[in-house]
Amino acid sequence: MAGNGKPPVLVILQLTGGNDYFNTLIPYNDGNYYDMRPSLQVPQDRVLKLDDTLGMHPAMGPMKEIYDSGDMAIIHGIGYANSPRSHFRSMDIWHTCEPDTVGTEGWLGRALREIDPNGENPVTGVNVDQALPRALVAPGVSVASVADLSTYGLLTSIEQEDQRNQMLQRFANMYGPAVGTGQVMEYLGQTGLDALKGADILKVAPEQYSSSVEYGSSPIAKKLKDIAQIHTADVGTRVFYTSHGSFDTHAAQAALHAGLWTEVSEAVADFWDDLREHDADQNVIMFMFSEFGRRVRDNGSGTDHGAAGAAFAIGPSIKGGMYSEYPQTRPEALEQGDLVPNQDYRGVYSTILEDWLNLEAAPIVNGQFEAPAFIGA
Amino acid sequence: MASREDIALMSHLMRRAGFGASRDEIEQMCEQGYEVTVEQLLNPTGPPVDEYDLYRHHPITEVPGGAAAPGQAAWLYFMATTQRPLEEKMTLFWHHVFATGNAKVDNCFHIMDQIAMFRSQGMGSYRDLLKGLAADPAMIFWLDNNENHKHAPNENWGRELLELFSLGVGNYTEKDVFECSRAFTGWTLDAKMPRYPYGRFPWKFVFRPEDHDYSEKTFLGQTGNFNGEDIIEIVLQQEACSKFIARHLYNFFVADEPQVPAWNIEEPRNPEAVEMMAKILVENDYEIKPVLRAMFNSDFFKEALNQKVKSPVEVVIGTLRGTGDLTGSDPKLEALGKEPGYLGQDILDPPSVEGWHTGREWINSGSLVKRVNFVSDRVSDTSLPGVQRMVEHVGNNGATMSAEELVDRCLDIMGPVEVSDLTKHELVSNVESGGKIELGGESFSQRTSETFALIAATREFQFG
Repeated sequence: MAGNGKPPVLVILQLTGGNDYFNTLIPYNDGNYYDMRPSLQVPQDRVLKLDDTLGMHPAMGPMKEIYDSGDMAIIHGIGYANSPRSHFRSMDIWHTCEPDTVGTEGWLGRALREIDPNGENPVTGVNVDQALPRALVAPGVSVASVADLSTYGLLTSIEQEDQRNQMLQRFANMYGPAVGTGQVMEYLGQTGLDALKGADILKVAPEQYSSSVEYGSSPIAKKLKDIAQIHTADVGTRVFYTSHGSFDTHAAQAALHAGLWTEVSEAVADFWDDLREHDADQNVIMFMFSEFGRRVRDNGSGTDHGAAGAAFAIGPSIKGGMYSEYPQTRPEALEQGDLVPNQDYRGVYSTILEDWLNLEAAPIVNGQFEAPAFIGA
Repeated sequence: MASREDIALMSHLMRRAGFGASRDEIEQMCEQGYEVTVEQLLNPTGPPVDEYDLYRHHPITEVPGGAAAPGQAAWLYFMATTQRPLEEKMTLFWHHVFATGNAKVDNCFHIMDQIAMFRSQGMGSYRDLLKGLAADPAMIFWLDNNENHKHAPNENWGRELLELFSLGVGNYTEKDVFECSRAFTGWTLDAKMPRYPYGRFPWKFVFRPEDHDYSEKTFLGQTGNFNGEDIIEIVLQQEACSKFIARHLYNFFVADEPQVPAWNIEEPRNPEAVEMMAKILVENDYEIKPVLRAMFNSDFFKEALNQKVKSPVEVVIGTLRGTGDLTGSDPKLEALGKEPGYLGQDILDPPSVEGWHTGREWINSGSLVKRVNFVSDRVSDTSLPGVQRMVEHVGNNGATMSAEELVDRCLDIMGPVEVSDLTKHELVSNVESGGKIELGGESFSQRTSETFALIAATREFQFG
């Protein structure tokens, strides 16, 4: 149980496309930074300084405030050996914990199976996006994918509300127990009722919700607001997943990267304000990651695919501060021009699983990895 | 006038051997007869898909780069507009068997090349397909054969060739995997340029004699200085091979089998059917067309109505073909390309080399919501030309109509779908609650399309 006696909740925010670590957490006293970023360097006086060596990108003001409040852990140099530098393969590796073979089960799918082994609550896992990320996939695990909470449900094309409600009742009747119709038919019946139940549960969220927090208009603001609505409705969701992007800034990075971080920082800060207002923040942590960092030397306009990145963990239960180490930036310390990871991502997952979700990590992440202790009062 | 049974059977054939057909087409086919229709499917004379109509409006789909999405849109367009449906269905079949994923390949253009090979050779020789695959750049990269060297064999391709592409677990030893892999050393890609900063370069297959292991190998009981092609010939001599492909065909076209990894443990649901198909494969030197002909004309196929859970691709394409006239200029095309993925089948990006788990595994509460909504959204949209035709069909004769008649006609045009008494009762009650039925006009088409939507939501509709 978390601080307020409620079960712990995990919110994943995936920064899709490969966030540029070097310009997110800037080593502002390091000559290598200015040498390797002739076109994309942030002037020293604009960096939001966290300590004597590192500062955040100027678009990350609200993130810095969270860091200063002590509720944010920054995990440096996260990644894994032999980065393939492919978005899709990298994302798969993060999702499945299988860096060497193509895995089919997601780490959070496995976690959900442990949390709700009999699939009793159809909204134990909620993905706020159209497509289900592989991280949430596991046999026997149902996850609701909600592209837009305000219109989520079955038969949404029926506009007239009375009519739709009536049809949903028909749906429930049609999916009722059908003895002797075969295993697959029976399975479908149960699944249909689960889907309906899930939609019913999620429907109450926007109805119950009110808040003085005004979210921005970016997609990530909308998604995090949907998550806040579902979480504050107390429907038993334990894992939320959402994403924002694209951080794939090969060109015109200066404006793009700043814009993305402005959106993310504001939305994340609003989300936490919202949870605090509802006294619903104590049992939540948020984890933010990207599939890889970007090339150290800029290409004149943007940056190409790299290796090591940074992850963030946020919440009142997070022990704020820096974890692991910023990778070496000397040219001779780079691999293929990239920062070398020094913290295995599966170790960070292990911390989340063991110290937050109270699950045994090894079978979920496929092994034992050094787990930084960033969770705990 | 074709009988109900004829229409049901022809619709079944077209759902399985294609992606469904309109009622007008089905009636025409019934007139010419079942076997004639099978022959037409096997020897299509329709024009190929007008791909330039697609590329003109969606140029990115012609040369998709790293992302799968443009390729998915292109293939969706092919499936939704083809006039050679079995050719396209066989393309999908081979993609299920030889599942190659963009998540790793990250060069969707080359997966599309592989798909084009399935399209042109999918009803030809399985032997040629295997040989083509062994030299296919996307497959070589997907299964690391470019890392398979004379002095450092990599077994990925060698193993999957035997386990998933030809024989199945239990029909070879670990030694065979190793020897097979050795025979494919030197089957690689031309010097691969670093992707960054130059971008994606086309890959090319090359055979490098200096990296090929020319020493003796013992494979499945035979000994010699085998090269990759010899290995494929030996594989084809195995009884297990014909049975494995026959079972794949049965699972894809006839009725749901257990998942592939269970095949060496669980018997086929119809062993005689698989035997019969395997025999035809061997008799015809692994030509695919004869076994397809025998399968579609068999009693076990004709009796397998609604024995399969429709795959997401079948749901999406069947709906698109039934409700609209998709063209290359459709601005929604690229978005539509993602729909099978939302429903649980990311074409060009299967979850692993094992392909997709089929049957009931297509369904979970998340995917069911997406399935139901995708179909019901479209069949209740009376602005779509196909929906208008369906509504006309329902209301095309008689002056009055009972609720039950309306439901029967809607079920008929949407499949025909066979439903349980319980489902039927709910569908009829739903119509009855709207009062007396007035034929023609806005309210009729609204009530009819609403019934379509509710049928799309039934359990029975998930089968096909």
